Amino acid sequence: MSEERVGFFTDTTVCIGCKACEVACKEWNAIPEDGLSLSAMSYDNTQALGASTWRHVAFIEQPKPEGRTQLPLADEESGDGEMRWLMSSDVCKHCTHAACLDVCPTGSLFRTEFGTVVVQEDICNGCGYCVPACPYGVIEQRPHDGRAFKCTLCYDRLGAGQEPACAKACPTESIQFGPLDELRERAALRVDQLHEAGTTEARLYGADPDNGVGGDGAFFLLLDRPEVYGLPPDPVVTTRDLPTMWKHAGVAALSVLGGLAACFAVSGRPGTGRGRR
Amino acid sequence: MSITERAGRRRRRGEQPMVPKAEFQSYYGRPVIKAPSWAAPDIAGYFFLGGLAGAGSVLAAGAQLTGRTTTATALKVSSLTAVSLSAAALVHDLGRPARFANMLRVFKPTSPMSMGSWLLSVYGPAAGAAAASAVTGRLPRLGGAATGAAAVLGPAVATYTGVLAADTAVPAWHGAHRELPYLFGASATAAAAGMALVTGPAHENTPARCAAGLAALADAAAEKAAERRLGMVAETWREGRAGTLLRAARVLTAAGALGAAAFGGRRAPAVASGLALLTGSACTRFGVFAAGMASAEDPKYTVVPQRERLDAEGGGGADTQVE
Repeated sequence: MSEERVGFFTDTTVCIGCKACEVACKEWNAIPEDGLSLSAMSYDNTQALGASTWRHVAFIEQPKPEGRTQLPLADEESGDGEMRWLMSSDVCKHCTHAACLDVCPTGSLFRTEFGTVVVQEDICNGCGYCVPACPYGVIEQRPHDGRAFKCTLCYDRLGAGQEPACAKACPTESIQFGPLDELRERAALRVDQLHEAGTTEARLYGADPDNGVGGDGAFFLLLDRPEVYGLPPDPVVTTRDLPTMWKHAGVAALSVLGGLAACFAVSGRPGTGRGRR
Repeated sequence: MSITERAGRRRRRGEQPMVPKAEFQSYYGRPVIKAPSWAAPDIAGYFFLGGLAGAGSVLAAGAQLTGRTTTATALKVSSLTAVSLSAAALVHDLGRPARFANMLRVFKPTSPMSMGSWLLSVYGPAAGAAAASAVTGRLPRLGGAATGAAAVLGPAVATYTGVLAADTAVPAWHGAHRELPYLFGASATAAAAGMALVTGPAHENTPARCAAGLAALADAAAEKAAERRLGMVAETWREGRAGTLLRAARVLTAAGALGAAAFGGRRAPAVASGLALLTGSACTRFGVFAAGMASAEDPKYTVVPQRERLDAEGGGGADTQVE
């Protein structure tokens, strides 16, 4: 990495669900339209991240947790306090240990000088291995194109000293862009602040460099368990177990060789009578 | 309002401790990971054909060394056909088939697909040369060397596909990452033994009958071990399309192995047993493939094992900072 590692800190407590990030991402990256369907999932008709959706705002309507102090922001119609909204703009996590990058057989996926993970579309041959490798379900092949696409963390804008389009467009600074170390410090302070204000369910997701993917380049402040937002609770990069897998494949291959050799050994030569009835 | 009801039904309210452990939370029941876009005939088909080719090359070499020339030639042709069909299926499954050569652009041990591409690009020509020499009778020394090379690389071709599937976030595959190479190796051996029983004369098939029995035992043991390891995810191996296929595989493989052992000395039962073994091996691969798909499409199989792991460690979120 010749540059400082950068990333996103998405503070979902101030997300207002405007989807400006989704629109800005589509516009800047010239991503094709990917269906206009009504999902019946609250205000979320985008539904999930995918080949043509690099920012996705989740909408969750749920009963308010009992016995907690309300966030001033979320408490405008205080009193009737039955439901609360959780809104969160999801994005590629740009993992420190990125499974998509590890398993890519062509070298199309690579680590940039900013520490982000990007697909080189002129190299991708659409093998699709990155798709099931991603523990977050981010990367996907685009139908009729065949190649895999995902968030580039606006690699072109970073090169020009600009922040990514989604962070630029976010009106509440729910999406914060910057050097990862700085974002982690800021996020820890924000969690402390929320805990002091009584929002004890506030938690960071993906900020820990010791997590299963070695820390996410894009991490989140959530108000409920990750799975409520459609995020895996404890993702682990699949290639962590690859040395074990190769070892077992080697032993299995030798077993095939040895087993068959043994069969020939006990059977002898044809016509000798040994091993035949 | 219906959306509210949905939300309430799908999610646990707060942290109520009386909720049974099997319940889990998700985002509108949507999958967490993305299932591969691989087509079953291409990729499960490749798992089967690659296994048949790889283990077949070992049997072919053994048959040649022990003077079973008819079987040796038949298996060399079978391996060449199977590996050619494999390559065709793999290229066909690419989103951009014209760019298949990019598979050899880098040499990357962290990518089982890269390793497999290199393996096939060496194994394929070896299997081809072995078959060509055996059929034409020309260049016997080169044919012998190719037969040996294919026999050494063949087991790797047969077992690395277990790593290929397991090195993903797919719960039914990754969860069995220790067992899949053994299952695939055993299944490949069963298929190759089946092919030897179908194509070889009865007086040459004693090693194949022995191999069929060993493979059937190993196959059953590896599958049991995988299901034990998978815990609740093993449901995906037992239910639905995968369950049907894997049950069929067990019956066919056992019947083929028993048939070969008991009546394999005669041509007709040997062929029938061989066909059962081949079909059983194909069912195993398509079954494991279907289990993976089912486990990727239901968020339960991603969320519940991870949540249980976290709860066992005493954590709340992925890296919650709640004190």
